[in-house]
Amino acid sequence: MNALNSLMDGFGTALTPINLLWAAIGVLLGTAIGVLPGIGPAMAVALLLPVTYGLDPTGAFIMFAGIYYGAMFGGSTTSILLNTPGESAAVVAAIEGNPMAKSGRGAQALAAAAIGHFAGGMVGTILLVALAPKIADLAVDIGAPDYFAIMVLAFIAVTSVLGSSRIRGLASLLIGLTIGLVGLDQMTGQQRLTGGSLQLADGVDVVIVAVGLFAIGEALWVAAHLRRGGAEAIPVGRPWLGKADVKRSWKSWLRGPVIGFPFGAIPAGGAEIPTFLSYVTEKRLSKHKDEFGKGAIEGVAGPESAASASAAGTLVSMLTLGLPTTAVAAVMLAAFQQYGIQPGPLLFDREPELVWGLIASLFVGMVLLLCLNLPLAPLWAKLLRIPRPYLYAGILFFAGVGAYAVAGEAIDLVILLVIGLLGFGMRRYGLPVLPAVIGVILGPAAEQQLRRALQISDGSVTGLVDTPFSVTVYVIILLLLAWPLLKKLVLRKGRKAAQDREDAAV
Amino acid sequence: MTATIEPPKPEAPKSWLREYSELGVSVLLLALGVLVLTDALTMEVDIEQRGPIGPKTVPIVVGIGLLVIAVLLAIDVLRGGRGEAEGGEDIDLSEPADMRTVLLLSGVFLGFAVLIGPLGFPIAGALLFWGAAFALGSRRLDRDPLIAAVLSVVTYAVFNNLLGVPLPGGPLIGAL
Repeated sequence: MNALNSLMDGFGTALTPINLLWAAIGVLLGTAIGVLPGIGPAMAVALLLPVTYGLDPTGAFIMFAGIYYGAMFGGSTTSILLNTPGESAAVVAAIEGNPMAKSGRGAQALAAAAIGHFAGGMVGTILLVALAPKIADLAVDIGAPDYFAIMVLAFIAVTSVLGSSRIRGLASLLIGLTIGLVGLDQMTGQQRLTGGSLQLADGVDVVIVAVGLFAIGEALWVAAHLRRGGAEAIPVGRPWLGKADVKRSWKSWLRGPVIGFPFGAIPAGGAEIPTFLSYVTEKRLSKHKDEFGKGAIEGVAGPESAASASAAGTLVSMLTLGLPTTAVAAVMLAAFQQYGIQPGPLLFDREPELVWGLIASLFVGMVLLLCLNLPLAPLWAKLLRIPRPYLYAGILFFAGVGAYAVAGEAIDLVILLVIGLLGFGMRRYGLPVLPAVIGVILGPAAEQQLRRALQISDGSVTGLVDTPFSVTVYVIILLLLAWPLLKKLVLRKGRKAAQDREDAAV
Repeated sequence: MTATIEPPKPEAPKSWLREYSELGVSVLLLALGVLVLTDALTMEVDIEQRGPIGPKTVPIVVGIGLLVIAVLLAIDVLRGGRGEAEGGEDIDLSEPADMRTVLLLSGVFLGFAVLIGPLGFPIAGALLFWGAAFALGSRRLDRDPLIAAVLSVVTYAVFNNLLGVPLPGGPLIGAL
């Protein structure tokens, strides 16, 4: 009941003209970014971090959330019409969506995706309203050891769940932690890794690291491998759905969030795994199994709904625990730090206007997105024709603006370029970028919590595990670390079962 | 360990280097680890530090971690493990990397860093966009400079006047 009242207050905040404007700008930008190749929501929010210097937090976060959701909507358009997914969340949409477009059913594929995103986002956000305050209440007593445990969880999850190589994930995390060390030690004022330079005493600003790794690194990487004369988008009319299509899709739309939301809330790589799981589920449950691979509408509807629901799940962890589970959440966390706001259980008490305004704006944004995407999809698809030199020159341009806006120092641009080249090298050698960004954002905070916890316990290591909450988190960490072993066992069993079935069939 | 490492063929040292170029990442991590550890161990910490662990502890842990990972990565690479280059919509990995464009773009960006002070944002920003588009292969002399100029001036106005994020105007804005 309480949550409902707060939500109503939230709508009061979200529906003010200025915040409506930010929501509209957010979803427009987000859709464009989702459609545009080479630029994802994490990069977009990173490039927009400088607006935090001029904007109030509520407006900024309403815009960022709009970008996050909008990019999910827009990403599927590219997947369906071009068969080259921009966001990792939209990979699955290409499997069925593109064959549909090729066989002249692009309009239906776009509609199934857009309504899927709407349904998934709505269900996910309702779950967010129901669950987030409860989790925040449960976690309200957490102290330094618990915060430290959560941050260790973020480090471990981001290195061992994502990507194909743990060593490379850890290497990336350690690079991030090292960058995070640069500057004055927060508790003693000791200079670290500054080489005596006054410039580095303030540390390397998170904005510069995020923009460097996400934007400059990506732009340079694409520039080195730019596809000449890329694929042509399939022309498409206005999205619409016939009765038969709706009948086939509605269950998939509702099943998607069940898979997507929990996966978004845990650090398991955002939307990639749930969209794939949803696809497999839809394939298994469908009455039209023979159509899968050739353009089955359920294969678009379910995964897209799961993708948007996972975005809502991500916000649960981010807002209630300060635990970023995706790149976008990591950059949004950086934005919270810029404002000096600590996301976590106390956020709901301390910043109710911000939190509930943000949540309410998600509902508003979703309606705006549906209105924008259903009738305007062919228009959005035109964005794909933007000449690539302009697109990547534009990314470099805005990266430059963002880094310069941090402090108005030209030297920051040089640091930005160096970090960008680092990001280029990381992409070349398969080091994931996200662990580095999480290391920079959470590293200093984790060190502080660790030292605070040990200060309280007078140096005894047991001080790190003296609460039920922290013990639970460490158990989860152990499970994550043991996961590859477990997975091997499960796979072996699964393979054996498949073998048996094959044998039986023969 | 005997069969996994192929001995480098003496007649083609360059291709061995190319094949195992990922070892460069190991070297980088190693260097970073040494740097972090040296910095941590040479730190002069005051006696009156607060709490049981001071500013040295975490850097030492991170430094050791870097060294360990550098070794593990080197072993992985020598055993044939390879980091997967990142794919994407506009990315064609079948061709070798076009390092000329990357260097050109880096040069253009450095130029922006140097020029933003004396020329101000509107001019330096326009040069950045035009230069970057040129490096990326755009040769529309009728269109590129115009787009660059409009984008730069509009961005300046939005950030400086609407968002309240000051950018240097330079002689152009000074003259207006």
